[in-house]
Amino acid sequence: MADLLAIGTRKGLWLARSDDDRRTWTLDGPHLLAQEVAAVGIDVRGPVPRLLAGVQYGHWGPTVTWSDDLGATWSETDEGAIRFPADTGAALARVWQLRPDTAQRPGVVWAGCEPHSLWRSEDGGRSFGLVRGLWDHPHRPGWEPGGGGGAVHTVLPHPTGERLVVAMSTGGVYVSEDGGGTWRPRNAGIGAVFLPEPAPEYGQCVHKVAVDAGDPDRLYAQNHFGVYRTDDAGGAWTSIAEGLPADFGFPVVASPTTPGTAWVVPLVADAQRVPPGGRLRVHRTRDAGATWTELGAGLPDAAWTAVLRDAVCVDGADPTGVHLGTRDGCVWSSRDEGESFTLVADHLPDVLCVRAARLP
Amino acid sequence: MTVEVLLPGVLADLAGGSRRLAVDPADPTLAGLLDALAARHPVLERRIRDEAGALRRFVNVYVDGDDVRFAAGLATAVPAGAVVQVLPSVAGG
Repeated sequence: MADLLAIGTRKGLWLARSDDDRRTWTLDGPHLLAQEVAAVGIDVRGPVPRLLAGVQYGHWGPTVTWSDDLGATWSETDEGAIRFPADTGAALARVWQLRPDTAQRPGVVWAGCEPHSLWRSEDGGRSFGLVRGLWDHPHRPGWEPGGGGGAVHTVLPHPTGERLVVAMSTGGVYVSEDGGGTWRPRNAGIGAVFLPEPAPEYGQCVHKVAVDAGDPDRLYAQNHFGVYRTDDAGGAWTSIAEGLPADFGFPVVASPTTPGTAWVVPLVADAQRVPPGGRLRVHRTRDAGATWTELGAGLPDAAWTAVLRDAVCVDGADPTGVHLGTRDGCVWSSRDEGESFTLVADHLPDVLCVRAARLP
Repeated sequence: MTVEVLLPGVLADLAGGSRRLAVDPADPTLAGLLDALAARHPVLERRIRDEAGALRRFVNVYVDGDDVRFAAGLATAVPAGAVVQVLPSVAGG
């Protein structure tokens, strides 16, 4: 049994492997050298683990590529995995999210992309179809690009039902209860400090959303200022930022096993995207956001860097591991739910995304 | 008619390892040339042009030494014997 940590960076993909329950890691790479890897997925539902990477071939455009041999070889289809239909007049700019669905829906993989769009694959990520229900939403002309571009960056399929939750910058949270056919904005209570209307129906810059382990109606959101929770799948959001040193940041992840447990990585503000005081730390709640505890023994002080929205992940091991990468190319791993971290890699390019999985 | 296409080394693997291709477009324009290229080397064509049909932003194409962006773009004439060179622009890092 081994643990795999996939690290997507601005200039390639690295794979860290641990054979001693995440105590030590061996780094393998670069794979896909000189290609931006903004999204990575590890699909362990099939007979062999499949790595999925959303890549940008420098000058030569974006696509999805996959590897069934842990990075030794990579494949893509002739047509390209994600192609906007001709009638849209659009072209893929970047793949922001690759999310294998549950074991009950084998072969289904979701992709969130720029321009704002959601895609569904039924062949394990080789090819995707545009989810028209979201693309044709009347709000779409009002979705603006955030600082990194206009994209669906978060896709959360329901563990058992047909619900889909997406988040986008900007646009906010949208929820479908019918597998993607129809969508409603679900942003009530989430602020938008950059808009004249303090609480618009949509248009928020929600940076990341995570689902609670015990209740799929309970979601956590890290917003462009503000950390929120909903207990009714987005019907109403309430602030859970009290107790945090700052309410700005990009990632939020939830425990896959322990209800009420989630982590954020605060940054000072949008105009100061650095950890408060330069101290890189995670903050964990055990009570669904009522209280927060600063953690991170082993994480550096004087770290004037940032952690991007997909550069934190949790694994499925026991106890839960928390892994994070920084814009200055460091990767840290915790095997004790964020209490302490060890350095996995440094001097990599900017870390854009990390994903972890226990290999069968 | 035959047109010679010159590729940068980074794209050669997508053209069977060759940096020089002889292509016979049915339509003597750059768009027609890329259509012919797509039939033989679809992944190569995707690196040059997006699915909406536009040249990728940081890809430059020269027909007999002239940048097509200062000519007629994809409608630029590609006569028999032309040399069409594909180059990455000065960008990236």
